[in-house]
Order: sequence, then C-alpha cells, then structure tokens
Amino acid sequence: MSKINSKIPEGPVAEKWDNFKAHQNLVNPANKRKLDIIVVGTGLAGASAAASLGELGFNVKNFCYQDSPRRAHSIAAQGGINAAKNYPNDGDSIYRLFYDTVKGGDYRARESNVYRLAQVSNDIIDQCVAQGVPFAREYGGLLDNRSFGGAQVSRTFYARGQTGQQLLLGAYGALNRQIAKGTVKMYPRTEMLDLVVVDGKARGIIVRNLITGEIERHFGHAVVIATGGYGNVFFLSTNAMGSNGSAAWQIYKRGAYFANPCYVQIHPTCIPVHGEFQSKLTLMSESLRNDGRIWVPKKKEDSEKIRAGKLRPEDLKEEDRDYYLERRYPAFGNLVPRDVASRAAKERCDAGFGVGATGLAVYLDFKSAIERLGQNVIEERYGNLFQMYEKIVDENPYKTPMMIYPAIHYTMGGIWVDYELQTSIPGLFAIGEANFSDHGANRLGASALMQGLADGYFVLPYTIQNYLADEIHTPRMSTDAPEFVKTEDEIKARIDTLMAIKGSKSVDSFHKRLGHIMWDYVGMARNKTGLEKAIKEIQIIREEFWKDVRIPGDTKGVNSELEKATRVADFLELGELMARDALNREESCGGHFREEFQTPEGEAMRNDVDFTYAAAWEFKGENTEPELHKEALKYEAIEVKQRNYK
Amino acid sequence: MDLTLKVWRQANATAKGKFEQYKVNDISPDTSFLEMMDVMNENLIQQGVEPVAFDHDCREGICGMCSLFVNGRAHGPDDDITTCQLHMRKFKDGETITIEPWRAAAFPVIKDLMVDRAAFDKILQAGGFVSVNTGGVPDANAIPIGKAEADEAMDAATCIGCGACVATCKNSSAMLFVSAKVSQLALLPQGKIEAKRRAKNMLAKMDEMGFGSCSNTGACEVECPKGISLAHIARFNREFIKAKFND
Ligand SMILES: Cc1cc2nc3c(=O)[nH]c(=O)nc-3n(C[C@H](O)[C@H](O)[C@H](O)COP(=O)(O)OP(=O)(O)OC[C@H]3O[C@@H](n4cnc5c(N)ncnc54)[C@H](O)[C@@H]3O)c2cc1C
Ligand code: SF4
Ligand code: FES
Repeated sequence: MSKINSKIPEGPVAEKWDNFKAHQNLVNPANKRKLDIIVVGTGLAGASAAASLGELGFNVKNFCYQDSPRRAHSIAAQGGINAAKNYPNDGDSIYRLFYDTVKGGDYRARESNVYRLAQVSNDIIDQCVAQGVPFAREYGGLLDNRSFGGAQVSRTFYARGQTGQQLLLGAYGALNRQIAKGTVKMYPRTEMLDLVVVDGKARGIIVRNLITGEIERHFGHAVVIATGGYGNVFFLSTNAMGSNGSAAWQIYKRGAYFANPCYVQIHPTCIPVHGEFQSKLTLMSESLRNDGRIWVPKKKEDSEKIRAGKLRPEDLKEEDRDYYLERRYPAFGNLVPRDVASRAAKERCDAGFGVGATGLAVYLDFKSAIERLGQNVIEERYGNLFQMYEKIVDENPYKTPMMIYPAIHYTMGGIWVDYELQTSIPGLFAIGEANFSDHGANRLGASALMQGLADGYFVLPYTIQNYLADEIHTPRMSTDAPEFVKTEDEIKARIDTLMAIKGSKSVDSFHKRLGHIMWDYVGMARNKTGLEKAIKEIQIIREEFWKDVRIPGDTKGVNSELEKATRVADFLELGELMARDALNREESCGGHFREEFQTPEGEAMRNDVDFTYAAAWEFKGENTEPELHKEALKYEAIEVKQRNYK
Repeated sequence: MDLTLKVWRQANATAKGKFEQYKVNDISPDTSFLEMMDVMNENLIQQGVEPVAFDHDCREGICGMCSLFVNGRAHGPDDDITTCQLHMRKFKDGETITIEPWRAAAFPVIKDLMVDRAAFDKILQAGGFVSVNTGGVPDANAIPIGKAEADEAMDAATCIGCGACVATCKNSSAMLFVSAKVSQLALLPQGKIEAKRRAKNMLAKMDEMGFGSCSNTGACEVECPKGISLAHIARFNREFIKAKFND
C-alpha cells in the first residue's frame, strides 16, 4: 500500500489546484528549448497537450498511427462536452459538476482530480470558441446547451452530432500551427511499441514506421501517453478499428501501474449487432435520449410478433408499450446514467421482451418529440445521426422507432496516475482516456471530451513542468545508449517470433474469440465462476495464438496483419488482467456489475467498507500474478451515498 | 450474394500496379462494403496470399480515412456517404465490382488501395487555424455570433479531409477542401482577422503540393460525402481576391 503516493495537494478541495500552481516548479523559457517531450497520441488529449507544450517552447515529438493527427478517434465523439458555465441559469456550478461526476462515477473516482476537472471546464469552452469551433448557437448569437444523462441541468455544449470532430479539428489546428513553427514534429503512421526506461526514468520510446516497417528509437526528457482506451479488447465496440491498448500495456509491463481495468462502459444506445462479419458497432449519441423515449412491448406476445415481422412497432398502441426507464426511474427517466440504462435494457431483453431479429434490441422512439417540436427541429438536432442510422439499418427513424442495444464504448480504467498525471514511472505521464483518474466506475456523457481537453490544455502543461524543472541539466541522450538498443532488440525479437509462427489462423479469428469471452464473462454482468472461466479461456487462446497465428507478408513495408497481431497479442494479456480485477472487486459499482452483489430489485450494491479504493496493479513478470496496490479514496467534500436516480 | 472483385494491387509507391480478380461468396446485403473486404482478406490469408491494404479506421463516416474508388465513383454508388458507410444492398448478386485507390498526383499510392494524403495536412499547416495560444482568451459568450453564420461555418467545418473531391476532379484540384476551411473561419469573428492571409497562404501551398487548379466543373460537390457546397469556393475566391488587392 505504501507504494502509492497520489500527491494530492493540501487544503480544501476547492483550493487544491490553486495551491498546487502557486507552489509548483516551473521551467524558464530558455530552458524549455533544451527539453524534449514525446507525446504519443493526437486525440483531444494528445493534440491539445502537444500544441500547448509547443506553444510554451518545449521541443515536442508527436506520434499517431493514422495518416493524419486529425483522424484520432476523438473525431467520432458525437454528443457534446460538459462545462459548468451555467449559461442557462439553471443552477449549475463547479461544485455541482464535480458532485455529479463523482456520484455518476459511483464514488470510485479521486475527489481532488474531479474537482480540478470541473474547475477548468469553463476555460475549455472559451478556448474552443477562440479557435473557431462552431458550437451550436441560439438566435440571439449565444451558445446553446443540451442535457445529458446523470445531470439535472443543461451543461452540454455541442456542434450538431459532431462535437468530437469539431473539438479535435480545433486542437488539430493549434497543433498544425506549432508544426508549421517547428516546435512540434509530427510522426503520423507511426506506432509506439515500447517504452525506454533509463535509471528508473522514462527516456524514450521505440516505434514502428507503418509505411517502411523500420523500427526507430526516440528520446524524450519526458514521455506522455495519450493513446485512448482499450475497449477493442472486446473486438466489437464503438471504438475505431485501430484503437488499441498496446502503449498502455507496454508501459504497464515496464512498471507503470494499471488501475481499475475492469471498469468498462457499456453504452446503452448503439445500433444492434447484425451478423458474424460485423467489424464494429456504431453509437447513436446519448443526446438522443433528450428527445427519444425508450420502450419495449408490455406483452411478450407483441415482442414475438415484432421479432417475426408480423407487427410493426409504430402500430403498437401506446398502452401496450413499456417505457421501462420512465417506469423504474421517474426522477431521471430516459436520462439515467449509462450503466443503469444499459443494464435495464439487458434485463428486458433477457426477460424475453426484446425486439429486432435477434431479440437483442429495444426501441428509441421520437414520435412524441416530433409531435411536440416538429420534424424540422428533430432534424436540426440529430439529422446526421438519423442519416447514419438509416444508411446502416435501411429504416427511416423519423417513422419507425430506432432499434438500439448496449455496446462496449469507453474504458474508465487505465494507467494509474497521481494528481500531476504522472504514472508510477517518473517522467512518464498519461492523459485522456488512457488514464484512470476522473470517472470512477462510470463516466457521465460529455465528460470524456472535457477530461481530454482539460488534461491537454490546462493540467499537464503545468504539472509536467514540476517534473521537468529538475531535468534542465539532463542533456539530450543518444539513442545509441544501451537501454535503447536493448529495448529495440526485444521488440524486434518479438516481431520476428510472431512472423515465424506461420500458423493457420488469422489474427482476427483470435481477436473475435477473445471478444466473445470478454463479452460473455467480463461484460455487462459478471460473476465469480464466469470470471474464473474467462481467465482460463483467455490463457488458452493466448497460447494458441502464439502457436498458430498466420501473418502473411514480411516486416518491411506496410503490413496491416502484423499491426493487428502486436495489438491482439497485448489484448490477450490485458483481457486477463481485466477479469482478475473484476474478480477481485466483490461489489457492484458503476459499469462493474457482479451478479452476486445486487439488491432484490436488481440494482447494483456497492461495498464501501471494503472497496472504496482504486485498484492499481503492478506487473510482476510473465505468467506471474500481478500485485495489487490499493489507493484509498477519501471523500471530504462529498458525502458518500447510495446512488439513487428514482 | 456472390461477387467478383477487380482490385488494384500495387506493391509500393514505385512498383507498377495491376488489377487482380478475387471472388467472395455468401455476403449478406446488410454487410458493409469494408466488412465484405474483410471477408475477401480473410480468404486471401487462408490461401496464403497477402491481404489487400486499404485505409480505414472509424468505420462510421467521420475520420476520413477510408478512400476507395468503387465502380468509378469516389466512395461508391450511394450519395452522401463514405466508403465505410456503403452497404452491400447497393450492389446486385453476381456483380463484378472494380475497386481502385484515389488517383491524383498529389496523393501517391503507398500500397494497393492506400494513398498518401499528407499534402492535406501541409495545406492546413499553412494557415488553416486561428492563431491563438492556450489560455488568456475571452469568455465564450463575449462575442455573439449570428445563428445563420454559425450554422454555415458548421456546414463547412464538417469536411472530413477524405480527398474524394480531389480524386473526382479531372484537374485533381483541392479547392473544395481548401475553401471549406477558409470559409468556416472567415465566417466567424475569431477567424475573420486572418482571413486574407490564410486564403493566400493555403492556396499557395495547394499549388506547391501539386494539386491542379479549379475550373468549376462542380464534380467535387457531387461526390463529397459531407455535402460540402461549391458556395464555399465562391467565398474563397472573394477572400482571395481581397488578399491580392491588399498585397
Ligand atoms: C463513438 C463515440 C462517441 C463518443 N461521444 C462522446 C461524447 O459525445 N462526449 C464525450 O465526452 N465523450 C465521447 N466519447 C468518448 C471520447 O470521444 C473519448 O474518450 C476521447 O475522445 C478519447 O480521447 P483521447 O485523446 O484520450 O484518445 P483518442 O482520441 O482515442 O486518441 C488516441 C490517439 O492515440 C494514438 N495511438 C493509439 N495507440 C498508439 C500507439 N501504440 N502508437 C502511436 N499512437 C497511438 C492514435 O493514433 C490517436 O491519435 C465518444 C467515444 C466514441 C467511441
Ligand atoms: S470537401 Fe468533401 S470530399 Fe473533399 S475532403 Fe472534405 S469531405 Fe472529403
Ligand atoms: S473509416 Fe472513418 S470515415 Fe470511413
């Protein structure tokens, strides 16, 4: 336990950040030029950090695996970004945003980090507007807001259904400006494969150039990981095809703790799975729950008729519909948090009321909203989402209710970081979805974009200087140093081993098998037997993978199968740690639902006495059980309660 | 559905490419086009043939990474979508489908169906931003912006940088892409200040990167998956002319 030091500053929660900034060490402008910072990732977190650090005068090297930084998966975020501006005058405040986030996270987040997040949220909106982000506006010319799950105020800023795109293009613009100035050097189509540690400090990375296939070494006085989440361990998720957990996993194996890996968010409103060739799942933004009402038929016979195509949902009478969220949670209704909405959908489908060809779908219906507001208003709010739905499902959602089902969407767990966003390896930082710090066991909608930009624009550029101030006398290191050479050799050996297997099965086939195990046993509902089974099964798949995977082509030049193989090899280890963590956490909280721990009404049952901690896992060697460190979570500004959305 | 695919294969940027034919069977009409390509690649792997390289990532029409010329049309035979949003129900059983990369001098082929679109990044680095640093900016509501202007800026800002406009244009001009960014920022008070300089620098960069010039055929607008309008090119021309007069 003593190994964990979260470095939370002194003072009341509202003063901690100011206290920290007032006393931290800074690097003067002349010295900044002498310091190199590696930022891996160009999503909201990485792009905003790289641009801001470049502006400050550091030498930044920024990496991403896509062909352009603009294509990081943040681009796909739809619904919006939260801030405590209280423009609608509906009672919002920094405290309330803080409170909602801690409560939404089921009291499993670090209080001090969340408060800081709420504090800087307003600066983010100012920054984005100054960059030319075209947020939605009212006729009077001021910014518009909408509401999201888990909140009773409207605090979500949005740009149609493409908020992530617009925020990322803003950060990408700032990044481009620095690239043109030469403060940031961009390395697209480059994948980080390992971390170089010298004398206990992070000093660089080993990457593969995805075009030439060359393995390259890069030095930095500090390394920042902004590589997003690991939801693709489930194969099917709303993440991009290339989203991966490899950078996070490799730094874990070099000594960075991995916290709460079992906290995965399952998003209630995604387009249901259609068939075995399906490669990814598409989200329908949570903002739709502002105006859409979720229901299934009241009678099983009606569900059966609908599944058999004998009854159209739009023809089912009002009194025969069960608006189960409004029924079970009258105070929040369709706007309950994601974990609650997802489980409620699963409960109805498992009970036989589901719709769609597979019975694994519920309706999201806009009929009343269209009657109340008119189709043009709905079109203006959600037009692109409706179009997206129609292209995929081939049905018109203005007429026929949308079919939705929960899908893997976001990972609250991630690399453990202290208050300064530094991992347990000095000089190594983690920001954005890649870290674990702000969302506890469940993230509220529109809070990931907020966190990514908070970390990148307003937190890391300060906190990293507290570390770098002691590094100004460290000269740039040659990448011929033995630690670089050794790490590179290890990576090359790993790739050569993979290529030499020449087995019979494709990388995807292993990934799909892993995904099934994860979804069945480490998904929406978990239990001891299932988790133990998952651990065994994953080990079996992993062993087979290393004996029988087939990777055509060679290591020179583009080789997409090789790229997938190194990622899946890591998922096959990460999946096991997730199951272990879920097994250890004998309670239900947020996205982590253990069937053994629920109330008679089926609500999650937390165990605050034994589990009010963040579980930080330390790697102890291949095929050795990791060691658990517990970071006790202390709530000083908030009274811990059972969540209640009724 | 059973299909024959005529796919462009090219080992690397300097190699000479050619079409190869592959068959895929039992594809459901609800499958997406890229999922059908996954099936093709899975077959190739089983046969010990190197799978076809193509760019893709989000598979939901927003990252701009996918970039295929399908049956002679950028992003294939459906309107207002990207290749990854194309579904097999748009094709007929037994059909032969021709799949090619974007073809433009400024987008050299990297391998098979993958092309290098770094030139787009270079154009934006020449001025496709508002020059503000992090912090020290006014309150977000300090400057009201008319809803009409904000909406139009948003229309322009939805460009995903896919390059279909360039691939479609007979001159390989990047004018639709460039004008969308210029227009978005020129419409907003925050971006207006640098509008002329921006237009000038971005256009110069576009020429330098080997894109052709715009002869207003309008083909780009038709194939743009995000419906970016030619009106932005008109606005661009106005901004650019202003820039020239002020030199
Ligand atoms: C469909 C969808 C909709 C969403 N909607 C919302 C919303 O409305 N509101 C909200 O708040 N949140 C939303 N989220 C969540 C939010 O978008 C993400 O959590 C957030 O954008 C993550 O940002 P990031 O910068 O941490 O990572 P990402 O944007 O995922 O970026 C990761 C970066 O790391 C790079 N990278 C990864 N691995 C490597 C490697 N090994 N080597 C080199 N580079 C690497 C990638 O190239 C990329 O640049 C949504 C998520 C999805 C999937
Ligand atoms: S203007 Fe349209 S076609 Fe051209 S890059 Fe942008 S989105 Fe693609
Ligand atoms: S893969 Fe992202 S737009 Fe097609």
